[in-house]
Parts: sequence; structure tokens; C-alpha cells
Amino acid sequence: MRSIIALVLAAASWPGLAALNIFACTPEWGALAQELGGDKASVYTATTALQDPHHIEARPSLIARARRADLVVCTGAELEIGWLPLVLTQSGNPNIQFGERGYFEAASAARMIEVPQRVDRAMGDVHPAGNPHLHLDPLNISRVAKALAARMSLLDAQDATYYIGRELDFQKRWHEATARWEREAKPLQGLPLVVHHRDLSYLLAWLGMREVGTLEPKPGVPPSAAHLAELLGSLQQTPAKAVVRSAYQDPRAADWLAGQARLPSIVLPFTVGGSERAKDLFGLYEDSIARLLGATK
Amino acid sequence: MVRKWICVTALAVAVPQAHAQDAEAQKLREELRQMQQRVDALEQRPRQTGENAFNPSISLILQGTAARSSQDPAAYRIDGFAPSGGEVAPAPRSFSLGESELIISANIDPYFRGQLTAALTPENEVEVEEAFFQTLGLGKGFTLKGGRFLSGIGYQNEIHQHAWDFQDAPLPYKAFLGGRLNDDGVQLRWLAPTDLFLEFGAELGRGRAFPSADSSRNGAGAWSLFAHAGGDLGVSTAWRTGLSYLQVKPEDRAFEDSDSLGNPVSQSFSGTSKLWIADFVLKWAPNGNATITNFKLQGEYFRRDESGSLTYDDGTALNGAYASRQSGWYLQGVYQFMPRWRAGLRYDRLDHGTVDNAIVTGGLGPSAADFGPLMTAYNPSRSTVMLDWSPSEFSRLRLQLASDKSRADVTDNQVLLQYIFSLGAHGAHTF
Repeated sequence: MRSIIALVLAAASWPGLAALNIFACTPEWGALAQELGGDKASVYTATTALQDPHHIEARPSLIARARRADLVVCTGAELEIGWLPLVLTQSGNPNIQFGERGYFEAASAARMIEVPQRVDRAMGDVHPAGNPHLHLDPLNISRVAKALAARMSLLDAQDATYYIGRELDFQKRWHEATARWEREAKPLQGLPLVVHHRDLSYLLAWLGMREVGTLEPKPGVPPSAAHLAELLGSLQQTPAKAVVRSAYQDPRAADWLAGQARLPSIVLPFTVGGSERAKDLFGLYEDSIARLLGATK
Repeated sequence: MVRKWICVTALAVAVPQAHAQDAEAQKLREELRQMQQRVDALEQRPRQTGENAFNPSISLILQGTAARSSQDPAAYRIDGFAPSGGEVAPAPRSFSLGESELIISANIDPYFRGQLTAALTPENEVEVEEAFFQTLGLGKGFTLKGGRFLSGIGYQNEIHQHAWDFQDAPLPYKAFLGGRLNDDGVQLRWLAPTDLFLEFGAELGRGRAFPSADSSRNGAGAWSLFAHAGGDLGVSTAWRTGLSYLQVKPEDRAFEDSDSLGNPVSQSFSGTSKLWIADFVLKWAPNGNATITNFKLQGEYFRRDESGSLTYDDGTALNGAYASRQSGWYLQGVYQFMPRWRAGLRYDRLDHGTVDNAIVTGGLGPSAADFGPLMTAYNPSRSTVMLDWSPSEFSRLRLQLASDKSRADVTDNQVLLQYIFSLGAHGAHTF
């Protein structure tokens, strides 16, 4: 009986001992928040690496989690527009609404690429603020880490030195790792690739790889047979070294094109949890580079 | 601003004073100060300038159908049930424009959000489907809504028509709510602070439409309570279930009919109408990734108890006690078998139940045959299949076939093609 009471009391003492309850929209920001928050933060990640970040549903469990969050950490740039506004308004939690201190967008600290000059839905699923898959540029991770640690410190001033200390430690390890990855990835420079969707643009730009085609005819439009046939033809003039897709994407188009063009088909983890080795942000980058290097051999 | 200074002061104090590594602490403090400035600068950076920077988000839904049916939709009725007066008939024959919906929404200030959903009907009228404010900053999980809004009872009631998986509403919605409930009133919701989604809500309304009848009394003509629970079963499945109760006190809820000889009669009900709804929805997708394949199963059960008095007027008005207990349910499944393509199956059924009409049983004159809709002991049912293709998330084309037995002794076979296009701001869809 006593143990039951203890259990009930323990269950009732939410949000636990952690000072900051963090709701992360995507695994990369969940991983970063955990790096910075250590045991002072309890992080809930709303999505997995196997889920298309453009098409998430405002599930009841997400609304329940947002209700108790002190800080929502999302990408912004309209990536979560299909579900997050609903989760926020239904959460009944005033601290995490747009514009409040408990709402953090990575895009506000990052440098964006592929910002369209004009937007029209005829161009497919374009994002007016630029390409939102910004976490595959290590400099962006560093920028976001800085802003996020500052935000966590503002919300939980008591533990500010803890967060900043962890952030400095993370930055040090991250800069070292970035320098190492840049050395290792030298052979990738100029590597021509066919990608599924423009979700790898930051990675390509950072390591100097070239995109010679996308499996999607337009952003967000699923690959069609006609477009794939056309792409196959264009590879005669501008050959690629590999077909690359992210773990959450439909394998069929990439595998078909790779088979027809006799190219390796590479699956990148895309975000934390997308492969066995991508257990954290470091693992994500290491595994992505290792898989791409496989194509150059 | 004051809060900001308190934060900064707190940060400064939080740094351990008498620490061996004083230089390190100093460095941290400086770093923190710079970050503070950085965050402030980012927050203050204007994103957009000009007069339209604060324009609300606008989206527009265009819909239309081309339909064939073996029975005339204009003469549609649901036998065995009091007519709801709502727009419940199947799509008109031939080409027909559906309701074009204009949705305008924005945060009003840090405390409120506002939304208008106007339906431009094919009859060239404008209908206000929703026009409400909603609080943002009440806190503790509370949200207050006021104005005209889709009621939180049941599951499908709160979903906009363009997001339905079939072109029309399930039979229980047609028979018990006139298609849907969107009363004028207030709604208070509370979300429990638990990992399991637990939500409770209460509504007070005017009772401006079926199952109520608009009256000019002071106070609320309708009230309802609902509770929803939901969560995940592993990473692939999400569910939500709910129980709702709606009570109204209609006065002179009338409809025109004809007696067994074809003479016009007016019937009206006054009394209490209580409606219970139990609902569930289950969504499955491999690894929770709905883009390639996914499955959705949804069902609701309705039960209505009405008691009061009935007036039967064929020139001379008769009055007698009236009580009924009726029910209905539907179950539907929609499967996306490949990207862009979905197929769905729905079965709905109404149970006439028991109706106690003292005008008939007391032998006041009219027989059961004179009360067409109320006394026909008939259980309507319908089977529907649909196939839809969505080139993008902003467009959808649908083929729907139905075998509708809403009318006793006749089967209405319906075929329709429907388009749904959404323009403008990307609206978020409810679960």
C-alpha cells in the first residue's frame, strides 16, 4: 500500500526534478537541448527521424506535452506550420506562444540559404523564409546552440552558469569535430549528387558537393515516373556519383533511379535517430560523412 | 523591461562569487551579457515592414461536385426521425458549386486570437459558420472561446467540412445535429497537466438551431459537456476518444408535413432533448510517418432522449405528451495505400428506437400514419465508398459512391465527383 502511495506521489510530483521542461519539435533540437540542458532539463521530442518533418499531425499526445512545457524549441521558417500553431493554441499554455520567451525558433539564430525571391504555390512547397533544414550546417548548430543556451538561461536564471558552461564545452567539442569532419570530407568536394528533396542543401553547401537533380519535380511534390525518366536522361550529360535520400523518405524512387543509372543509393540519417550511429548530433554528422565517403570509393 | 533587468540581475547573482576560478566566472558573465544582447537584438529585428505587416492570414477553400442520384436530392428525408432543418440533403444532381469557405485568422493581441469562417453558398448567400475569439494567455491549461464556433462535442463536429474524409456528414450527424452544431455562445476548455491527453470542456449556447429551436428567452438555451482522452500507442498509432452530452430545451420546434391524406399539417415539439455521443478515432502510419501509407479508423455512437409535448395542427391543434429514445452510429476507415491516393469505406445506421406519442396512443384522432417522420418505425442506413487523389496537400479530387437507404422502401444510389482546393495561408488541421 505504502509503495502505491509513494508511486502516486512520485507521479504527481511532475514535472520532476528537472528545472526546464523542453518540448522539441524535431530530434536535432531535442538532442541540442539535451546537450545544453544536461540533467537540469527534461526534453521531450515530438517527432522521430523516420517521420517527414513537413507532415506531422497535431496528435493529442503533443498537445498534452506542450501544456507543461517551459520552452518550445522548433525550427521555424514555416517547417512546422501544419501542426505547431494548433498544438500551441490548444495547449492552454501562455508561456510558449509565438513571441513569448518560452518559444524558440532555430531559424531566428541561423543563417538561411535558398531564400526564394518570390513565392507561389505553383513552385511547390516553398518556404518564404528560406530552406528550413538548417541543422545540417555545423555553423548553424553552433549559432543555434549559442542562442538556445542564452534563452535557457533567461528562463531558468538559477542554472544560467550551468547552461552557459555546458554550451561553452559543447562549442569547444563541436568546433574540434567540425574541423575534423572538414578534413575527412575533403574527397567529397565537387561530388555530384541526385537528392530526393532539398533537405540536404546545407550539408551539400558546407562540404562543397553539387546537386545535379532532385527526385521531386518540385519541392514537396512526390516523384513521378515522367520526371524520373527525364532525370535519368539528364544524367547522361551531367553524371552523378550517387542518389541520396533521407531516412524518412520513400525509398522507391531513389532505388529505381540508382538501379537504372547504376549508381549507389545512399540513405542519410538526416537527423538524430535516423541511423544506428546517429545517436546524437556528433553521430549524425559522422555517420552522414562516412556514408557519403562510401560513394567516392 | 523590468522583467529583463530582474533576469540579468538574477543571472549576475547566480554566478558563484567566492569561487576559486574567478576569472572563469568573469568570462562566463561577459559571455552571458553578450548573449543577452544577441537574443534581444534577434527578438527586436523587424521581419516585415509596411502597412500589411499585420494582415491576418487568409485562406480560401473552393469546392464543387458533379453528381448523379437515383432519387431526387431535393426530396431527401430521413424516415423515422424529426426533420432537423439543416443542410443534410445529398449533393444536388449535375454540376454544383459547393460552399466556398473564407477563413481569416490572426492573433489579436498577446491575450486573444480571432477567427472568421465565412461560407459563400452556391445560392449566393454568405453564411457565418464560425466567428470567434479565443484566449491565448489564460494559463493553467484553460482556453475560453466565445462567439459562434463548431462545438467540441463528438469527433467530426469540430472538423471543417473540407477536411472530412467523405463529401457529406454521417447519418447520425444529419439526424441529430442537422449536419453539425455551431451555436452562438461560450466554451471553456481545460487541459489536464498529464502526459495522457485529457481535456474537459463545457459550452453554453443560445440554442439557435436544431436540436434546439431559436427562442427569445433570456439565458442559455443549450449547454453541453465533453471530455476527450488521447495518446500514442507506440510510435505508429495515435488515438483519441471522447464522451459528450448536449442538452437543449426546444420550444415549438416545428416542421411542416402532410397527413395520410396529403393535407398539410404542422407539428411542433416542446420539451427537453438530451444527446449523448461516444466517439473514437485511431490513426496508424508505419513509424508514424503518414506520407507514404496511413490508416484512419473513426466511429461515433449517438443516443437521444426527448420528452415533452407535441402539438399536431391540421387546422385544429391537438396536444399530447411525447417521448422518444433514438440512436445511431457510423464507422469509417480510410486507407492511404500509396502517396496521394486514399480509399475509404463508411457505414452508417440509425435506430428508430421507441417513440411514445400520446396523440396516437391516447386515440385523439390522428393515427401513426399521419405522423410520417416521427412514427415511421424505420431504421435508415447507408453504405459509402470513396477514392480520392491529392496532387498536393492543397488539392484533392474525390470519387464517392453511396447506397443510401434514408427513405423507407427506396434505395438512393449516388455517384459524385468532388474537388476541394485550398488557397492562401497554410492552415493547420486538427487531429
